[in-house]
Amino acid sequence: MNSEILGVVITFLVTVLLAYPLGKYIAKVFKGERTLTDFMNPVEKFFFRVCGINPHETMNWKQFLKAMLTINMLWLVYAFFLLIFQHKLPLNPDGNPGQTPDLAFNTAISFLVNCNLQHYSGESGLTYFTQLFVITFLQFVSAATGIAALVAVFNGLKEKTTQNLGNFWVIFTKSITRVLLPLCIIAAIFLAFNGSPTSYDGKDNLVTLQGDSVQVSRGPAAGMIAIKHLGTNGGGWFGANSAHPLENPNYFTNMLEMVIQVLIPIALIFALGFYINRRKLSKVIFGVMTIGLLCLLIPTIISEINGSPAIEKLGVLQSTGAMEGKEVRFGPAASGYWSIVTTIISTGSVNSMHDSSMPMSGMMQLLGMMINAFYGGCGVGILNYLIYLIIAVFIAGLMVGRTPEFMGHKVEAREVKIAALVMLLSAFLVKTFTALAAYMVAHHPDIAWQVKPGAWLNNPSYHGFSEMLYEFTSSNANNGSGFEGLGDNNIFWNVTTGIVLILARFLPIIGPVAIIGLLAKKKFVPESPGTLRTDSWTFGMMTFAVIVVFNALSFFPALALGPLAEYFSMY
Amino acid sequence: MAKKKRSIRLFEPALVGTAVKQSFVKLSPRLMVKNPVMFTVEIGTAVMLAVTLYQLFTGDNSQGALWYNITIFIILLLTVLFANFAEALAEARGKAQAESLRKTRQDTPAKKVFTVGDMYVNEVKVVPSSQLSKGDFFICEAGDVIPMDGEIVEGIATIDESAITGESAPVIRESGGDKSSVTGGTKVLSDKIKVKVTTEPGESFLDKMIALVEGASRQKTPNEIALTILLAAFTLIFIIVCVTLKPFADYANTPITIAAFISLFVCLIPTTIGGLLSAIGIAGMDRALRANVIAKSGKAVETAGDIDVLLLDKTGTITIGNRKATSFWPADKVDMTDFISHCVFASLADVTPEGKSIVELAGEKNIHVKQLPADTRMIEFSAETRSSGVDLPDGMKIRKGAFDAIKKIALNNGKPFPDETESRIKQIASNGGTPLVVSVNNVIQGVIELQDIIKPGIKERFDRLRKMGVKTVMVTGDNPLTAKYIAEKAGVDDFIAEAKPEDKMNYIRKEQQSGKLVAMMGDGTNDAPALAQADVGVAMNSGTQAAKEAGNMVDLDNDPTKLIEIVEIGKQLLITRGTLTTFSIANDVAKYFAIVPALFIASIPALQALNIMGLKSPESAILSAIIFNAIIIPMLIPLALKGVKYRPIGASALLRRNLLIYGFGGVIVPFIGIKLIDMALGLFM
Repeated sequence: MNSEILGVVITFLVTVLLAYPLGKYIAKVFKGERTLTDFMNPVEKFFFRVCGINPHETMNWKQFLKAMLTINMLWLVYAFFLLIFQHKLPLNPDGNPGQTPDLAFNTAISFLVNCNLQHYSGESGLTYFTQLFVITFLQFVSAATGIAALVAVFNGLKEKTTQNLGNFWVIFTKSITRVLLPLCIIAAIFLAFNGSPTSYDGKDNLVTLQGDSVQVSRGPAAGMIAIKHLGTNGGGWFGANSAHPLENPNYFTNMLEMVIQVLIPIALIFALGFYINRRKLSKVIFGVMTIGLLCLLIPTIISEINGSPAIEKLGVLQSTGAMEGKEVRFGPAASGYWSIVTTIISTGSVNSMHDSSMPMSGMMQLLGMMINAFYGGCGVGILNYLIYLIIAVFIAGLMVGRTPEFMGHKVEAREVKIAALVMLLSAFLVKTFTALAAYMVAHHPDIAWQVKPGAWLNNPSYHGFSEMLYEFTSSNANNGSGFEGLGDNNIFWNVTTGIVLILARFLPIIGPVAIIGLLAKKKFVPESPGTLRTDSWTFGMMTFAVIVVFNALSFFPALALGPLAEYFSMY
Repeated sequence: MAKKKRSIRLFEPALVGTAVKQSFVKLSPRLMVKNPVMFTVEIGTAVMLAVTLYQLFTGDNSQGALWYNITIFIILLLTVLFANFAEALAEARGKAQAESLRKTRQDTPAKKVFTVGDMYVNEVKVVPSSQLSKGDFFICEAGDVIPMDGEIVEGIATIDESAITGESAPVIRESGGDKSSVTGGTKVLSDKIKVKVTTEPGESFLDKMIALVEGASRQKTPNEIALTILLAAFTLIFIIVCVTLKPFADYANTPITIAAFISLFVCLIPTTIGGLLSAIGIAGMDRALRANVIAKSGKAVETAGDIDVLLLDKTGTITIGNRKATSFWPADKVDMTDFISHCVFASLADVTPEGKSIVELAGEKNIHVKQLPADTRMIEFSAETRSSGVDLPDGMKIRKGAFDAIKKIALNNGKPFPDETESRIKQIASNGGTPLVVSVNNVIQGVIELQDIIKPGIKERFDRLRKMGVKTVMVTGDNPLTAKYIAEKAGVDDFIAEAKPEDKMNYIRKEQQSGKLVAMMGDGTNDAPALAQADVGVAMNSGTQAAKEAGNMVDLDNDPTKLIEIVEIGKQLLITRGTLTTFSIANDVAKYFAIVPALFIASIPALQALNIMGLKSPESAILSAIIFNAIIIPMLIPLALKGVKYRPIGASALLRRNLLIYGFGGVIVPFIGIKLIDMALGLFM
């Protein structure tokens, strides 16, 4: 048992040790300083020339967002049509069919927004062509979009007064060529050597020891598994995601995947400090986020290791902890750690079934996604944190008797309005859509839909409620993990989660970039002893309190009816 | 100098009466809609009224017992009334404060000067002050009450301004210069002045201030707007929480009554800060008024809290108006007693404060000369000779004056200037003092040291300002050496020496360009541009009309240290808003623990575990929560009106302190309060 926890601790420490130099490197890349990867220069120049991009063009926040949104919309259309017509395209050795329009709508959005909610199984729902040119492609560009938006914010914070947030195309391209691609190649090689398939052959037939004949899906998976974690995407090559033996063959790959999914989000926090030369701010943000992680992680690991009281009542010994829905090769501690890490950052890949987690763990996973700012997804995690921070700056600023300031810029009505709206959005999307689903189940269980609402839930009662809540929370957080146990491949879930996904992706990116764009334009106010320092631990705790209280207020009733009711009924 | 205390008790019975009446008037939805948080409570109250009436007429008990619904309705109504009461009380107090100032100038008779064509004739008629308009002239003689604000165009008078400032000592006002302004309601004690009216009736600063307090023209300040947005966002979140609870409850097969829904909603939305927000703003203006400062807008008071740089005149602010003699330094071979006697002779006829201080200092050294001999010739100070003195009947000529002036006299008469005196003079100058050289019959006798006396306690005030993060800058006409010495001694951060009026302006511009907010105080017409340029410009009431127009505050006391108080009032205003917001939102945690289990306990008994306060029944839990929610508003009225105290202990320490008291306290207090109310309710239910 202790060695299991040791494994978790080592995994975390390795992540931080790797993230620190990576953060320094990322800051250098975007500052335009000399780095190891300067050999990519000609490649980037070639892209800029072919696409007609002037890399020296500066952009204000509106131009930056316009460029970002336009290209994203283009990718959405591209992905949608490729998914529908994938059966007519090459690289389909298993002869998989095209996706229905509502599933393609959901899938295209889901991968575009870095969520990777999957209402299909990779083995049968996609072809190798779409796996590579839709799924893997979007996994790269969506992560790069998030990083680019964050670097725009860095640029706004770096200068005293500026309109220039940098050139979207340059930042975006460099995010891929200098950060995602090199790291992905390294990780993919490790995965391939540990047994993840990298072939273009179709299903393999094998005969098991029992003598059964089994068909095993394969494909060029290793590279995709690497980027799905590095880019905090999370969508699996196979339906079972990282619980699948070919997607996550052993304890080492499990550690590797756990490390690389948190690597960039943590590195970006350090990059913030190096880039704008405020390392203390980085330290405080990292500290607050880590405390948040621990608050969610410790109860999860404890409840998973202790096992289920319901099984205990049956007189079954659970010396290995709660093993339902878990892989023996990972065990409860590593599975618990994974389930928290994958939910606090927006990966959403799974190595165990969250549906089978203990109610306490389920609640922690939900909270991780509701908060969505403890490390958070590639780039967007810090953007989400920024929203909480602006609210904290505002309230704390008033409490010390000064018009609130952040990084030398006054925070006024307009910024508060944007921050409040973005903060409001998650509560609005999660709760209204869960309410809609609950309403359908409660009042129209037998409506004549292809899949009747009465048949959506595998589990009745509190757990069923958690399943619906989890699905929308996961969509809203652009996380993509599923509680499963939910019949989600039908028009209701495909369309509603699609809407939630797209709103919950772009508004929380537009908001912070706009706030920083507006702030950066304002006159710079130098710090004085009366200024509230945002890089102090006191202020860090204030932000933490805002995060906790705000999320508790928004979600307490829903959590009470789902995991809390289940927890108290069980014990 | 007795100072009238213009303080009003917090719950002055007369004001409470008005406020109670006003809190019902304010129920009008047209007024309520300005406050989105309380407006939603009012809607909730209306819904409960409808539910109760429906139940009364139909006897349908599906929404819970009648008494229960009526109780909820009454408590909700009280919540709204309490919030209105807070606002009305703040308004009433502010108005009372302003009225007490305005009372003096109701309808006083005015001796108006009538003009014929372009010519002034001596025709003076007595008219009511309300008939005076801008540009008119009136005459005031000893004993008259000045009918309107204006500027003296002719004459000089002593004026009793105690009605406005509370200061009993009369002041001198004269035409021309920086002391030409008179305020309506003050009384002329001697002489006769002709005054030009400078404001239209109803547009004086005081009228503007009263309007600001009354609410008609009260505009929300930028921070208040931002806070209202944040509170509206929280209200929206709780609307979402409550609306979605209905399908959630349907899924869980739990019926929830309308009363329970509305109670949950009202408990969650930030009613505490929502109800007190406008009261806090008005109270801030009121506090400024009580400090005898008339602010032209609420924004000005708020901005004062953000001030980074404070420009202060040396004379009167940092130092006591005038220099004082501190030492006698006779030249070698001159007897100390003789020297002092000569100094006193030269100063007895000198009415300037410096002259008086020399006589005083001599008295301290036990040298008393009561009178000058008869036939003594006085030599007045003049700008040319830069010296003054006496010619005694026995032919002795005593002169005292500036170093170079007396030196010239000595050298012109072939007398040497002693080296030791010259080095003493240098030493005095480097210590920030002013040397006054004395000669008798053209022979240098020695030097008197005059020093600026720094006001007692001023250093501590500057320390306090530094801790607040405010940089103090001393403005003086002295040479840089003297200025530096005094600056160091008084503890100011920077100084402008040999300052001309435009230097102030340039300094303000320079600081503003680097993003700082600057406050200054001034009185003269040549201060007006700088007052207008400064972010907070406080004009002295005694100052010229131009200065008063240019600034955004007027200090009735003419007290140059008032800026320090104004900064604290501004900070206090923001802190009160911030802490009560934190308190209000932190309260919600406990309310959730009271109401959520109460709503679901019937269908999900396991949620009893969430009832950590052990409240008796769902009904009593909900009632306790909304009663707590209602009574916390009047309980916090004193805090809202008095303001949360500002402590200059550094931003982080202050945040920790306020977070602990109002944040952590805000979580804990309602747990205790709700439990106590539940126990009390248990006696009846």
